[in-house]
Amino acid sequence: MTAKPTMIEFRDVQKYYGDYHALRGINASIRAGEFFSLLGPSGCGKTTLLRTIAGFEDISSGAVLIDGKDAAQIPANKRPTNMVFQSYAIFPHLTVEENVGFGLRRAGLDKAEMGRRVGDALAMVGLTGFGKRAAHALSGGQRQRVALARALILKPKVLLLDEPLSALDKKMRELMQVELIKLQRHVGITFILVTHDQEEALVMSDRIAVMFEGQIAQLDDPETLYRRPKTRQVADFIGTMNFLPATVLSDTPDGCEVEVAGLGRCRIAADQAPPGGNGQDTVVGFRPETLTILYDGQAAPERETPGKVEEVVYYGDMTYYDVKLDGVSAAVRLSMRNVPGRPVLDIGTRARVAWSPDALVLFR
Amino acid sequence: MTSEEGLRRMGRSEAASGLAMISPTAIYAILLLAAPLALIFIYSFLTDGDPGIIRTFTFANYIEAWSNELYRVVMLRSLMVALTVTAVTVLLAFPVAYFVSFHVDPSRKSLWLFLITIPFWTSYLIRVFLWKVILGYNGVVNSGLLGLGIISEPLQWINYNVGAVVLTLAHAYAPFAILPIFVALEKIDRSLLEAGQDLGESRFMTFLRVTLPLAMPGVIAAVLIVFIPTIGDFVTPQLVGGPEGRLVANLIQLQYLKLDNYPLGSAIAVSAMMIVTVVSLFFLYLNRRYLRGPES
Repeated sequence: MTAKPTMIEFRDVQKYYGDYHALRGINASIRAGEFFSLLGPSGCGKTTLLRTIAGFEDISSGAVLIDGKDAAQIPANKRPTNMVFQSYAIFPHLTVEENVGFGLRRAGLDKAEMGRRVGDALAMVGLTGFGKRAAHALSGGQRQRVALARALILKPKVLLLDEPLSALDKKMRELMQVELIKLQRHVGITFILVTHDQEEALVMSDRIAVMFEGQIAQLDDPETLYRRPKTRQVADFIGTMNFLPATVLSDTPDGCEVEVAGLGRCRIAADQAPPGGNGQDTVVGFRPETLTILYDGQAAPERETPGKVEEVVYYGDMTYYDVKLDGVSAAVRLSMRNVPGRPVLDIGTRARVAWSPDALVLFR
Repeated sequence: MTSEEGLRRMGRSEAASGLAMISPTAIYAILLLAAPLALIFIYSFLTDGDPGIIRTFTFANYIEAWSNELYRVVMLRSLMVALTVTAVTVLLAFPVAYFVSFHVDPSRKSLWLFLITIPFWTSYLIRVFLWKVILGYNGVVNSGLLGLGIISEPLQWINYNVGAVVLTLAHAYAPFAILPIFVALEKIDRSLLEAGQDLGESRFMTFLRVTLPLAMPGVIAAVLIVFIPTIGDFVTPQLVGGPEGRLVANLIQLQYLKLDNYPLGSAIAVSAMMIVTVVSLFFLYLNRRYLRGPES
C-alpha cells in the first residue's frame, strides 16, 4: 500500500465540559480514502471527537486539521465534511428528493441538472423511484440511505458517520455494513465511523482507534488490534479474551520467559510482550479460538494442559466450552467448530486442551 | 358468527359507555351553547316589532347588516383589528418562544413558562382596566412624561382608539400565542438544525428552511387561538376603544340591550361568526397541509 496523504489530523486535542474532561489529548492522523473507525464504550468521547471534525463542537485546546487546514477557522457550514447522524436527521417536512437535494441549493443548479444529480445519488444508495415519497413514510433502512445520499451528493472530502447502524435490526445492520464498505470503495472518500460495536468496527474498518475515557488506547488495523491488543482494557473490549495470572521470570529483548497459572512455563515473543522487567502481577491473555480440545489419541501440535468442562454453550456452527484448567480457579472459554464425528462434550468431562505460546499476549 | 356478534355487542357497549362518559359535558354544551346559538340563528330571520318580535321570516336583517355602511365599517374594523392583533401577538410571541425553547437551560424552561403565565393570575377585566390606568388622561404614561418635562400636556391619542385596543389585546393574548409555538419548537429534533448547517446552510438559512416550516403548526395554532377570541372581544373595545374603537361585539350589545332590536343584533352576530368561520377554515386548511407534509 502506498502512503496516502493525511486527511484529518488531531494535535493534542483537549475538550472540557465545565469540569468534565471529555477529550484528553487526542493525537492521531486519518489518511485520505481510509475507512476509519472510532470505537469505544458510551461516554468515551468518540462522538465528541467526530463532532469536532464536523464543527458542532469547539475544542478547548489543541488543533484539528482538515486536509491541512486548521478547522477552527472554518465554520460548520463551510467544512468539506458531511455527516450521517445517528437519528439520520431526515427533514420530516420534505420529500426524499428535497432531502437529498437540500445541500445543492447553494450550487444554483437548474432544475434538470438538480434532478439528474438527485437521481444519481438515489441510484447510488439503491433508492431509485423513491424521490417523491414523503420522508416520514420511510423505513429505518431507507432513512439511512437517504441520509447517505444527502451527504454524499455534496462530494465531501470526509464522510462522518455517527453510529449509523445502531437503529437497525441485526439482518439489516449486516447488510448495510457490506453496502457501506462497497460504497466507500466506490466513492473513495474518507469515511470516519463512530461505533460502540467492536464487531462492526472490525468488519468495516481499515484502521480503528479504540477510545477509553477521552483517550485513544490503541490505533491499529483490525487484525493487529484483535491479535495484539496493547492493553488489557482493549483486549477485553474487542472480542472475548481469557486472562490468566502470570509471573515474568526473565525479560530479554527478544521475549519473556513466563510462568502462567495452569499453563506452566513458556516463552512469549517480544512483539506480544511489552518490556517491563521481571515480576508477578502480570496477566496473560488469549482468544477462545486459539485453544482446542483434543480428542482421544490426538497429539497436541505444541503444548497441552488437562482440565474439566464446566459449561457448554451450543451455537450450531460453534460450541463454546468453559474449561477449568487444573490448578486454576476460574474457567477459560474456548470455542470449537462443530464438525461431523466430534460430538459435543458433556459438562464434567475431563479434557486435554491444546494451546500455543504464539497465541499468548502478556499484559503489564 | 358468534365472535362477530360478540364484537358487535362489545362495540355497542363501548359506544354506550363512551356516550355515558361524555353525556354531562354534552348536555351542558347542548343546553348552554347549541340551544342559545340556535335561538340566535332563528332570531336573525325574524322581524323586529315595536315592542317584541314579529314571527315573519325575512332576510331583511342580513341585508341591513351587510349593506348598511355603519355595520359594514364596524365589521370590517373588527376583522382588521383581530388580524392586526393576531399578527402583532404572533410576531412578538415567536422570539419569546424561540428564546425559551432554544436558549434557556432545560432545567429552567418550566420556570420560564410559569412566569409567562403569571398575567393569568389576575382577571382579564382587571388587566384591561390596568391598561386604562396606564394609557389614561391622568395615567402612568402621561404623568410620567409630564413629570419628566417631555410633554407639556397629556397625550390624548394614546387611549380610546383602535391602537389602544390592539395594544391591550396583544398583551392579553401573548401567553396563548407563546405556548403553542414553544411546544412546536420543542418538538424539533435539534440534529435537524445541525444537519442544515452540515449541508452548507448558514444559521439563518437553516432557520428559514428547517426551523420555521417545522414550527408552522404551532404558529397556525397560535393564530387561531388569538384570532378567534379577539374578533369577538367585547370588554377591551368597550373600556379602552373609545367611540371609534368600537368593534362588532359592542355593536351587537348595542342592538340587543340599547335598541332592543334582537333580530338585527342576531343577524350581525351570525355574520360575525361566519367571518370567523371562513378565516379559521383557511388557517385550518394551511395547518392540515403542514401537518400532512408534502404530497406523497
